[in-house]
Amino acid sequence: MPTKIEKDAISGQMTTGHEWDGLKELDTPMPRWWLWTFYATVVFALVWVVIYPAIPVSGLTGLSGWTARGALPAEMAAERARIEPMLARLREASPAEIAADPEMRAFALAGGRGAFNNACAGCHGAGGQGAPGFPSLADDDWLFGGKLDEIQHTIRHGVRAGESDDQRGIAMPAFLSTGMMTAAQVNDTAEYVLSLTGRATNAEAAGRGEALFSENCASCHGERGEGNRDMGAPRLNDRIWLFGGDKAAVVRTIAYSRAGVMPSWQGRLDPAVVNMLTLYVHSLGGGE
Amino acid sequence: MLKKFTHGTIERNVILLSVLTLITVSIGGLAQIVPLFTVESTIERVQGVRPYTPLELMGRNIYVREGCYACHSQMVRPFRDENERYGHYSLAAESMYDRPFQWGSKRTGPDLARVGGRYSDDWQAAHLRAPRDLVPDTVMPAYAFLDRPLDYSGIEAHLRAQRALGVPYSEEMVANARADLEAQARPDMDASGFSSRYARARQAAFDGNPQRVTEMDALVAYLQMLGTLVDFRDVTPEQLRQQ
Repeated sequence: MPTKIEKDAISGQMTTGHEWDGLKELDTPMPRWWLWTFYATVVFALVWVVIYPAIPVSGLTGLSGWTARGALPAEMAAERARIEPMLARLREASPAEIAADPEMRAFALAGGRGAFNNACAGCHGAGGQGAPGFPSLADDDWLFGGKLDEIQHTIRHGVRAGESDDQRGIAMPAFLSTGMMTAAQVNDTAEYVLSLTGRATNAEAAGRGEALFSENCASCHGERGEGNRDMGAPRLNDRIWLFGGDKAAVVRTIAYSRAGVMPSWQGRLDPAVVNMLTLYVHSLGGGE
Repeated sequence: MLKKFTHGTIERNVILLSVLTLITVSIGGLAQIVPLFTVESTIERVQGVRPYTPLELMGRNIYVREGCYACHSQMVRPFRDENERYGHYSLAAESMYDRPFQWGSKRTGPDLARVGGRYSDDWQAAHLRAPRDLVPDTVMPAYAFLDRPLDYSGIEAHLRAQRALGVPYSEEMVANARADLEAQARPDMDASGFSSRYARARQAAFDGNPQRVTEMDALVAYLQMLGTLVDFRDVTPEQLRQQ
């Protein structure tokens, strides 16, 4: 119920003039510092609206003419200019020259690490450890070669990326689905492939598979499964398997084929970055 | 006079209260509505952006259905770090056929505005099925159930609905929606009509199986085209200006 607005004896503040069962409410004003801060932010906002583009209407772009898009090229250019002398050297040099020059090599390994984590780690793993279907870059088993120039070529053109004559990799036939083998022949060939690493489960089937292998597989994978880097045909006589080395996985590979794809990076990355990546990948443990 | 104009004055006068409320709400409304009238001048005049193919559109629906936007943005901002990592900043033109847009506001996972072509189809499918097989420390859930058949029975109506909202699907596109959807997911099918209707659309067995059309096909097809339509080598600074 309304009462008279009066001065409260204890706090020295005015009351609001409301009373509930004898309880009165104080009308304490906002602290002065708070109010002035609030007014200051209002003024700041008004100044901001005048200087910066705050209203999305044609012509009201702010006195300063600043835009995030406008500011970006200069910022990018400044950073580019800072590292450009080194990038220019890395662009011109061959990977071997970079490896021989301690200054360029250190820069390439540091920059290559950052680029690798952004562009490559999704498939090949943060340490190049690989994943099923995505080759490890940290071991000695290379599909297309682990020399600097070979790594550079693979990064530039990708694998089965479908956009360059220089790309890596040819297509393995799907022997079952194209009718080149029967299911029994796929099984025999798989047994022979397993026998190359001493893991055949049926010696008789493996024996039958030898002729099939020689006829259908050896032209790419080699007579003894030693692989062929020109085609990216993996070695079959070691225990490193890209798509799994148990019998089911080998049968699946022969029957329906496998074809890993890696994007080509030469159009996406600066040639200097490609060279930095080359050095970094080479350093992961398997470089030849 | 001024001294009497207090909170109490407004509260005691219902007409004054209504008028002032209306003014206050109008300011908020205008701030949201006025920008819509500037859309014409906001969208950059770049080449290459086309409506989604039927398969990509279905993939986009799955993206929305699964709430991918809750963890992934599709907006490369004009900052140096983002441009170095993801590529050119996103343009308004690149999401002009998005209804609704998928810019997002939270990045638990990386931005996806330019994820197209960054990984192979196999990687996308394998990663959706079991993310930790490929990225051991990711917190992304597994979406292995996407290997089920895609329900595209209503695809023509879907394209018509998009057209009603302003997406320029032609009569021919609507009429061929079903055939185009199947052609894109099955590399063995003739795709000449499909390719002429949708520039730079890729035909592939996105889920690794060319025999059937799955939700995985649709989602991977959508992911693989994200951010790839505009060729930034041909774009001039004038085209990027928003009037």
